[in-house]
Amino acid sequence: MSNQPVLNVDSLKTYFYLDQDQVAKAVDDISFSIYPGETVALVGESGSGKSITALSIMQLINKPGRIINGTILMNDTELLKLSAKKMTKIRGNDIAMIFQEPMTALNPVYTIGNQITEMLRKHKNLSKSEARIKAVELLKTVGIPRAEEVIDEYPHQLSGGMRQRIMIAMAISCDPTLLIADEPTTALDVTIQAQILDLMAEMKEKFQMALLLITHDLGVVSEYADRVMVMYGGQIVEQAPTKKLLRDTKHPYTKGLLDSLPNLDEEVDRLGAIKGAVPPAHDFPSGCRFSTRCPFVMDKCTQSNPELQELEKDHFVRCHLYDNGGDTLD
Amino acid sequence: MYKYIIRRILVFIPMLFALTIIVFGLAKAAPGDALTGQQLADPKVNPEVYEQQREALGLNDPIPVQYWNWLSSAAQGDFGKSLVFNGRSVAELIESRVANTLYLGLFSLFITIIVAIPIGIYSARKPYSLLDYAATGFGFLGLAIPNFFFGLIAIYFLAINLGWFPAQGTLSGPGVEGFAAFVDRIHHMVLPGITLGLAGTATYMRYMRSEVLDVLGSDYIRTAKAKGMSDQNVLYKHTLRNALIPIITLMGFEIGVLLSGAVITEQVFQYPGLGTLFISSVTNRDFPVVMAITLILGILILIGNLLADIFYSIIDPRIRYD
Ligand SMILES: Nc1ncnc2c1ncn2[C@@H]1O[C@H](COP(=O)(O)OP(=O)(O)OP(=O)(O)O)[C@@H](O)[C@H]1O
Ligand SMILES: [Mg+2]
Repeated sequence: MSNQPVLNVDSLKTYFYLDQDQVAKAVDDISFSIYPGETVALVGESGSGKSITALSIMQLINKPGRIINGTILMNDTELLKLSAKKMTKIRGNDIAMIFQEPMTALNPVYTIGNQITEMLRKHKNLSKSEARIKAVELLKTVGIPRAEEVIDEYPHQLSGGMRQRIMIAMAISCDPTLLIADEPTTALDVTIQAQILDLMAEMKEKFQMALLLITHDLGVVSEYADRVMVMYGGQIVEQAPTKKLLRDTKHPYTKGLLDSLPNLDEEVDRLGAIKGAVPPAHDFPSGCRFSTRCPFVMDKCTQSNPELQELEKDHFVRCHLYDNGGDTLD
Repeated sequence: MYKYIIRRILVFIPMLFALTIIVFGLAKAAPGDALTGQQLADPKVNPEVYEQQREALGLNDPIPVQYWNWLSSAAQGDFGKSLVFNGRSVAELIESRVANTLYLGLFSLFITIIVAIPIGIYSARKPYSLLDYAATGFGFLGLAIPNFFFGLIAIYFLAINLGWFPAQGTLSGPGVEGFAAFVDRIHHMVLPGITLGLAGTATYMRYMRSEVLDVLGSDYIRTAKAKGMSDQNVLYKHTLRNALIPIITLMGFEIGVLLSGAVITEQVFQYPGLGTLFISSVTNRDFPVVMAITLILGILILIGNLLADIFYSIIDPRIRYD
């Protein structure tokens, strides 16, 4: 791991200005870095702000949302200061993104080839025929059989797994330095999921990309991620290298997530699950945002929101339990 | 595709057949016939004379026989003679009228498209902007104001007071030729064209707005943006074609709406099209003309629907006819 990050996000806040003067703090003061070649997982329950974090990096936040604070540095370029036009040269070219729903992510009225080549022509200035040759090559790279024919087919002629491969082909087409995958396998059959994840891992190696992998599947995390960031209520609550996080879990929320996984080694009567639901982003509890569901809640937790502190090297936690030098959950 | 078109055209035949039976039956069910009016206007003439004429024209035959007679000649392309216009042939009478109505319909459709689609797109891109509100207001007005009333207002202000456009007819005079005639025709079609297209423009504007808004929120538009496509590309390539798919389906029905609207609009502007002829023929019980017009309108509507289906399959690759 080199020491110069490919992406550095600092104090990012993305708020949605809803009706009746309500503000949904979807992403509320997030900072992190991603280093070259690294796979970083972003995990958390539904509504915790994972997608909005990713879309903020891409600057694809739609009204009523707005990035209201922060810097996003990509190899010394401050993305939030770029003009809208300059930003289109970053998207797809330096940072590519894959989405959750392959069935609807491709435009139904244009051929696969058309949708891949338009990127190559824009970012790499290829001619029509060069782009086509490159597109066929990309389809082969991502393991699409009959690539020469598929290039002239329409999305509806392909299965979900195939379409996600097409999305991956598009994502890697311009050699991005960072690939963001937002729950790329959630919508797929279990048997296909592993294939797609393996393909992404393979592509990541081959094209030397960094990968920001958004998921709520901790099984996926343990298998593919080098580092994990756990998100809750628009904030990072725990961040550590994967092994450390799984073995030495600090935050009660992370522990709750892990307990809700079926564990094949141990006999358990029932899956542990976190009680209650994620509070809505426009109405977080005062104090710690997890305090309403935390089994370890103390008075202090309902009064002030803890800071993210580095407990051990590379292991960050946002929890009052560790304020006075405590260092384990048990 | 060709097979599909041929199959569709074959299906037209029984539909048109049913249409003629219904219209023939309705027309005969109405009281009186083509001679009733003359008889009332001139009561001194011996009723015997009219009875003889009725006998000669076959108006006293049983209705199924009359229908059969009409159908067998119509099938050979002979629509008979008008019972009113000094016995001129129906084909001759209708010929120029068909063209006039087609011009008016196409012109009005053209106005509808060039006005409604850009405004709809703009409204979707800048929802709740001043122009969007203005368009919404115009949309409500356009749908609420009856055709004939708008036509009368247009005539009063734009034709009579300001004198910008002629209030009636298709040409200023018989002497106009060539390109000047083309311009003159268009000039005459402006007011009736706008009047006829008003409701359609309002409707399509709203549809376009909601379709574009819908598509702009879809996943594949987010993908296109994430690929780094420019705003222009996202709008004109990725959004527009998808947003037009439902619009095209609607356009298929629009032909029928325009033709029925033309009946009233032509009347208001005394525009010599099928509509004015249709009304006078119905009033005069000129059955051969009524039947021929019905048949032509039926064919035009079916062709409109077929064209819409064909365009639909061209614009949306998920639709394949075979
Ligand atoms: N268009 C929007 N309008 C208003 N609020 C929004 C909008 N999009 C997101 N939010 C808010 O941001 C919060 C985080 O949303 P986000 O999509 O990032 O969640 P997520 O972690 O990706 O969840 P999931 O696992 O379901 O994808 C939501 O709970 C919601 O309150
Ligand atoms: Mg999400």
